[in-house]
Amino acid sequence: MAAPKVAARRLVGMSTLLLMLPLLLWLFLLIFLPHLDMFAVALRERVGFGEYRFSWMHFELFFSESLYWRTFLRTAVMSMLTTLLTLIIALPIAWYIAKLVRGRVRSLLFMACLIPFWVSELVRTYGWMILLRESGVISGVLQWSGLADAPVEMLYNDVAIMVGLIYASMLFMLVPLVTTLDSLDNSLVEAAYDLGGNHFTVTRDIIIPHAMPGIVSGSIVVFMLSLGNYLTPVLLGGKDSLWFTEQIFTQFITRFNWEQGAAFGVLLLVLSSLIVWLGLKLSGQSFAETMK
Amino acid sequence: MRLKQILVPAVLTLTLPLTAMAEELRLLTWGGYAPEEVVNQFEEETGIEVQVTLSNNEDMISKLRATGGAGFDLVQPSQDRITSAQQEFRIYKPMDLSKVDSALFIDSMLAATRRNTSVGDDVYAVPHVWGTTGLIVHDSVADQVKDFDDLCKPELAGKVSYRLRRPILIGMAFSMGEDPFAAYDDEDAYAAMMARVEEKLIACKPNVKAYWSGGDELINLVASGEVVAAKGWDAGGWKLQAENPQIRFVAPASGALGWIDTFALPRRGENDEAAYKWINFVMQPEVAAKITQSAGNFTAAKGAEEFVDDKLKASFESSFDQQALDNIKWYPPVPAGLETLEGQILDRVKAAN
Repeated sequence: MAAPKVAARRLVGMSTLLLMLPLLLWLFLLIFLPHLDMFAVALRERVGFGEYRFSWMHFELFFSESLYWRTFLRTAVMSMLTTLLTLIIALPIAWYIAKLVRGRVRSLLFMACLIPFWVSELVRTYGWMILLRESGVISGVLQWSGLADAPVEMLYNDVAIMVGLIYASMLFMLVPLVTTLDSLDNSLVEAAYDLGGNHFTVTRDIIIPHAMPGIVSGSIVVFMLSLGNYLTPVLLGGKDSLWFTEQIFTQFITRFNWEQGAAFGVLLLVLSSLIVWLGLKLSGQSFAETMK
Repeated sequence: MRLKQILVPAVLTLTLPLTAMAEELRLLTWGGYAPEEVVNQFEEETGIEVQVTLSNNEDMISKLRATGGAGFDLVQPSQDRITSAQQEFRIYKPMDLSKVDSALFIDSMLAATRRNTSVGDDVYAVPHVWGTTGLIVHDSVADQVKDFDDLCKPELAGKVSYRLRRPILIGMAFSMGEDPFAAYDDEDAYAAMMARVEEKLIACKPNVKAYWSGGDELINLVASGEVVAAKGWDAGGWKLQAENPQIRFVAPASGALGWIDTFALPRRGENDEAAYKWINFVMQPEVAAKITQSAGNFTAAKGAEEFVDDKLKASFESSFDQQALDNIKWYPPVPAGLETLEGQILDRVKAAN
């Protein structure tokens, strides 16, 4: 009796495997293998023309040369700040879209968030450059209105990078927030007010806990996007604002040092995953929970 | 049977365009080196289709390195970046100089490129466009800025731009009275010299508005008046001068840095014949003059200046008298490994506050 059951189960297992095969192949060939290869490249040291030997030196250099780990630290801290600011700005907007408006206005507002993403990131970044530069729009308006008597330079600094990053990642925070807030039962909020809650306590005890999965998944996406962003820091950032992805690019393209670049790439992956993991642990969330 | 009837014509129509496709030349070059007019003329005369990809030195080498020298039939790196890239990555194939019409070239340039791009007995490049790196200066500060290190004068705070790449290291070293090219083969001496340059560049940072990374970006910064003195290419300076006579390209007192962009064959290029045809075509004086007109730089073609318009010639003469011309510091080949050292310096300068 048991034999056909086992066979049937095996058949089911087989067909699931076949169904999963394209996905597994994709993961293996396009994600896993290249990363493994990159790791292998990072582990060799150039000793002569086209000659290499095994070495950890490129990883060691990251930790021994303070410039590199400080750049990474700087990038990570700025990305976290971006994530936090994006969240603070996005939360009321998401609340407004999810709870306070209905019908056409609601879809219009959603569209307004989406439309900037119809043009490429490069064009959007150039847009910011036109606005912020010394001979640009904002500086012009300030001088015209008499608020400033000389050209004001707002480009080429960390604030400009921050503005660009927040702008670029707003949508990815809004969408998960709107979805989770949408599922919050209005009566819970009403009940909280009936029981004597004020805006602050209701937000803290009802809205935030309910929106937590959205907050966490939005934050992960925004953090990863900012950390891995290349264009915005390079174009809007100034002479002091080195970004870690720029370091990787420079190693690969202008220094021909693929080994160092690959080591940085691996470190970026490992360290950013570590930060996300740590963030999840500290906020008491599990990854599986947020992805539901 | 049915399937075969469908499949055979389908396969045939799919493969036909591949075999019937016109001969093509895949050219990896700088902006302005293959203007549309010249490309069209070449296509008409030879029937070879030209695919142009724009790039710069580092990008060209990286692209070829990634494919082991495939993907393009003709590339145009600078002459000082050929030998080390060849020794390190083996991305070029030797030139057959008998297929190049040497009568079209200025002899001294052909000889210099030949010397600078040889590995063993093989020659890897012939010269095409040459130009210099120097100073782009607005008249209001022209009397203050005579050399690269003048960019660091406190009066110019926030009004200066340069590209944070190896030319600024070299230029700064020259203006500080050093000779970096003489130290190329002595890595310790070079490192010590560059440490001083690093110090200078870090101290100079408050002067810098932004490090430019492309020629157009620089032109934008200077044309808008946001930057009054910059390190830049002669062609960019002359372009700006054409629009605003108050801006000029100046050869620095310690000497402008001279570069020659070349023609080189990638190791796995597929159409060498077309590549040689293109080289001999664009080196004809009339055609070379058209390239000078579009790139803003002069070529190694003999007699081309006769066809170049007077405005550009006048700009050239206003930037270079005979003495400045003789004082041009031509880049010798970069020894392998030097760029790693320079790279760390550039990184530290960029990160310094």
